[in-house]
Amino acid sequence: MIKTDALIIGAGPTGLFTAHQLKLIGLNCEIVDNLDKIGGQCIELYPDKPIYDIPAVPECTGEELTKNLINQLKPFDIKFHLSERVEEVKKDDVNWIVKTNNGKIFSTPNVIIAGGVGSFEPRKFPVKECEKFENKSVFYSVNDKKIFEGKTVAIFGGGDSALDWAVELSKNSKVNLIHRREEFRGAQATVNKVHALVKEGKINLFTKYQMTSVKGNGLLESIDIKNDDEEKKNIKVDYVLGFFGLIMQLGPIANWGLNLNKKTIEVDTEKFETNQKGIYAVGDICSYPGKLRLILSGFHEGALAARACFKLARPNEKYRFEFTTTSTSLLKRLGKKE
Amino acid sequence: MPKITYITSENETHTIDVDNGLTVMEGAVQNDIPGIDADCGGGMACATCHVYVTEDWFDKLPKKEDGEEDMLDMAYEPKKNSRLSCQIVVSDELDGLKVNIPSKQG
Repeated sequence: MIKTDALIIGAGPTGLFTAHQLKLIGLNCEIVDNLDKIGGQCIELYPDKPIYDIPAVPECTGEELTKNLINQLKPFDIKFHLSERVEEVKKDDVNWIVKTNNGKIFSTPNVIIAGGVGSFEPRKFPVKECEKFENKSVFYSVNDKKIFEGKTVAIFGGGDSALDWAVELSKNSKVNLIHRREEFRGAQATVNKVHALVKEGKINLFTKYQMTSVKGNGLLESIDIKNDDEEKKNIKVDYVLGFFGLIMQLGPIANWGLNLNKKTIEVDTEKFETNQKGIYAVGDICSYPGKLRLILSGFHEGALAARACFKLARPNEKYRFEFTTTSTSLLKRLGKKE
Repeated sequence: MPKITYITSENETHTIDVDNGLTVMEGAVQNDIPGIDADCGGGMACATCHVYVTEDWFDKLPKKEDGEEDMLDMAYEPKKNSRLSCQIVVSDELDGLKVNIPSKQG
């Protein structure tokens, strides 16, 4: 069991700055995120899109903002637990006991949910029967490419993941690439490579087609695809791969006994605490009268939630407000003074 | 004020007065029309405000910008008449616009 003063759920900009604030006031913290990288929506949804409304930063991309926030955390030792989703939050006598899907357990007086709009999950095929084959013959990511060797694979999607895997798997498998339109949004070099492989007969390309059904008894046997003009085709396949990007799901957060408002968590505006003592929500996932879904609001919310954590983490100490320009103790924590 | 009609996948019809300048997505969210999630808040980054525009209206709308078609690749059951409602700005010309909401957003 990992003991910490505060556990942050979500490594997006709000979670990162909240960690900064916690460490600055002398609390320790750990961060859990379902994604395999730091940055949240900034890195997953718009790494290359410029943002213009971060105070004192006239222009930066989602990726640059993330890099700068990580840099700002350099003086501190913060443990990240990536590719882990928090499944359960329960109270023991004093602390919150938080469990992840990988079996990690945290014990902490403070849980700060900086979860954006929930955790990112792969988007799935609309075809209901796909569920029966999921993780057996229908996949949304590739763990072990060896299973596809010598087999027939149908790859759906038009972005880099779909194209990269079509190119890669075409070396040892029979690849059908299926996309809803003629244009691909992947890197041009990869698109060219795919078209070359189509010409060589290494990839069968079906554009303007989408899946309508999957067939098979236990084992996947074939899929039906249909184009915009209602023309149907049946393709014999062993495996199906779908790459439709990620979608945000509130997921297990819905079961933690918090007051929810649509997909957001209600908080007060003093501590950004939820209806459960010691559980806070900051950033896009929290709601209160006047809430603005801006990154700068998340920074403010995290700073206040961090101060609220102090009381529960250090019940016998008094929190003192200090400035980084003048406070010796803060400068020591920042590594600027011995 | 232009009237926009939202038709849910259960065929419930909601006709709403939406201010000029707002998007069809904002009209739905502000009036609690079910089925339009708009997770990213209108940034054309999530495809969860996906709608089907009725045939007679589809060609009258301003054309899609570059990124919209890319995002629609990720939408739930995209069709020829799919649009992201955050990219449709309401104006007097759109008075009477009808959009169908898909059964899911993802």
